[in-house]
Amino acid sequence: MIEILSYPFMQRALLAALLTGLIAPAIGTYVVQRRLSLLGDGLGHVALAGVGLALLTGFAPIPIAVVACVAGAVVVEVLRQRGKATGDVGLAVLFYGGLAAGVFLSGISGVGAGGLAQYLFGSLTTVTPGDVKLIAVLAVVILVTTLGLAPQLYAVSTDEEFARTQGLPVRLYNITVVSLAAITVALAMRTVGLLLVSALMVIPVAAARNLVRGFTATLLCAVGIGVATAVGGAAASFYANAAPGAFIVLLAIAVFMLSWPVSYLLRRRRAAVLPELVDDDELVTPHTITESHPHRHAPGCGHPAVQHGDHTDFIHEGHRHAVHADHYDEH
Amino acid sequence: MLAANELTVERGGLPVLRGIDISVRTGEAVALMGGNGSGKSTLVRTLLGLLPYQRGTVTLFGAPLRDFRDWSRIGYVPQRSLAQLAGSKVKEVVAAGRLTRRRPFRPLSRADRDAVHNAITLVGLSDRLNSDIAGLSGGQQQRVLVARALAGEPDLLVLDEPTSGVDLEHQRVLADVLAGLLAAGTSVLVVLHEVGPLGSLIDRAVVLSDGRVVHDGSLGDLGQHRRGLGSQQHHDHGQQIGDDHDQNAETLLGGAVEP
Repeated sequence: MIEILSYPFMQRALLAALLTGLIAPAIGTYVVQRRLSLLGDGLGHVALAGVGLALLTGFAPIPIAVVACVAGAVVVEVLRQRGKATGDVGLAVLFYGGLAAGVFLSGISGVGAGGLAQYLFGSLTTVTPGDVKLIAVLAVVILVTTLGLAPQLYAVSTDEEFARTQGLPVRLYNITVVSLAAITVALAMRTVGLLLVSALMVIPVAAARNLVRGFTATLLCAVGIGVATAVGGAAASFYANAAPGAFIVLLAIAVFMLSWPVSYLLRRRRAAVLPELVDDDELVTPHTITESHPHRHAPGCGHPAVQHGDHTDFIHEGHRHAVHADHYDEH
Repeated sequence: MLAANELTVERGGLPVLRGIDISVRTGEAVALMGGNGSGKSTLVRTLLGLLPYQRGTVTLFGAPLRDFRDWSRIGYVPQRSLAQLAGSKVKEVVAAGRLTRRRPFRPLSRADRDAVHNAITLVGLSDRLNSDIAGLSGGQQQRVLVARALAGEPDLLVLDEPTSGVDLEHQRVLADVLAGLLAAGTSVLVVLHEVGPLGSLIDRAVVLSDGRVVHDGSLGDLGQHRRGLGSQQHHDHGQQIGDDHDQNAETLLGGAVEP
């Protein structure tokens, strides 16, 4: 680890990876909640138009891509709000238009479509100090908004109509979410690349949903997974001499795959309480003392637990045991 | 508290609601009834500004709908649909009902926290604070949505079919909750498909048919007209004004109101 940090270009690469890992899942949690998981992918295409324009005009690519991406995102959102983006056709036109414009513009600029590859797949090691500064500033904006406005953005992303009856400026918040997603996509083109950034917005969130319960916990856990995989992937790719973007995304997918068995185990241990079977308190269970056994039933003891009125039964060789004073009742 | 005059709503050029007059007065419990497609949900959502309307006026707490800003006075319980709420904890869902009283970038205050807890306790789910809402039964999910509307401590509660797809016991719990609110002075506008256990609370029933009001009066009158004409008798699960009786009810009620 010390060795890596002695190279300035790797310092910048790791810092850029860290910031991407922070912001992509933070905004991604809202995007996934709104069922727009593929929005990031589409916006990546639009960002390419910005890159093409930057190559043609000689400006720095990231700022131009940010502007193009935000404009594209706002257009998509306004079309959606007006109910005009039905059938995804409008989105498709915008996205492929962006891709085509990017390739076209880079062609005229003389760089050629090949010059776009580093933005499509990321090129962490060529991140400049100026890039890092811009990424850091925008990352702060994104984090302050996604965490500070969490209750409002949550309400708007989960139940738009209800949010309107709360007097919230729903349109403004929706545009905020897609704009932040657009900024994230444009920033991530240096780290994981435009084609893979959507993965970093969605996959840590999917993994976090398996591991923890609740929206806030999902957001925080997703950010943790994002940071770990982004920094870990960037560092590992240095030693393995592999493409960092691909490495980061594959690592995130590995975490997601692992989250399935882990969530299964967690569920067995923690909440081994199945939904209530009978919802009738008047029903009195006859008091039948069952056979005694040395095993002590308790949550997580290995026997499936079932909520039964005011207590918990444990399924025990085909029947249900309820703890009662010093013995078990048959329920 | 809530009033609409000559309200007309068109969707795609076709009238869905025609010249509706409806009002809810302070402390009153009004049931909005009618068969499927009669426009009940459209009316409620129009009254709350969620759908546009073409003609007529809507006033909320004395202010025209367009200028109404005092949203904390209204608690809305939409038809149960959890598509995007799955994965949230009960207390997170309910806390979203407190947003009318919160400013951006401020954490939950003590009063907010208490209001959320009180609302959840009121609907009898205080042992499920941290449960995933998707893991609850339909009736419990409905109660979470009621708690969310109550977290803002509203003066008027608007419920859209809170009893549909919910078993009788949960309907009784809901009736108890509403009875408590009415006793405390809250007004209620509730869309119902059938009366059920909520019937005893209702002061007035407004019945829609084909986008028009065909009855506006006590529930008893409604029952009498129908009994007198030999239609559906009381069931033990309440009177039905469902689809199967729609035609029946429409003709009966049509004769019962002044033209």
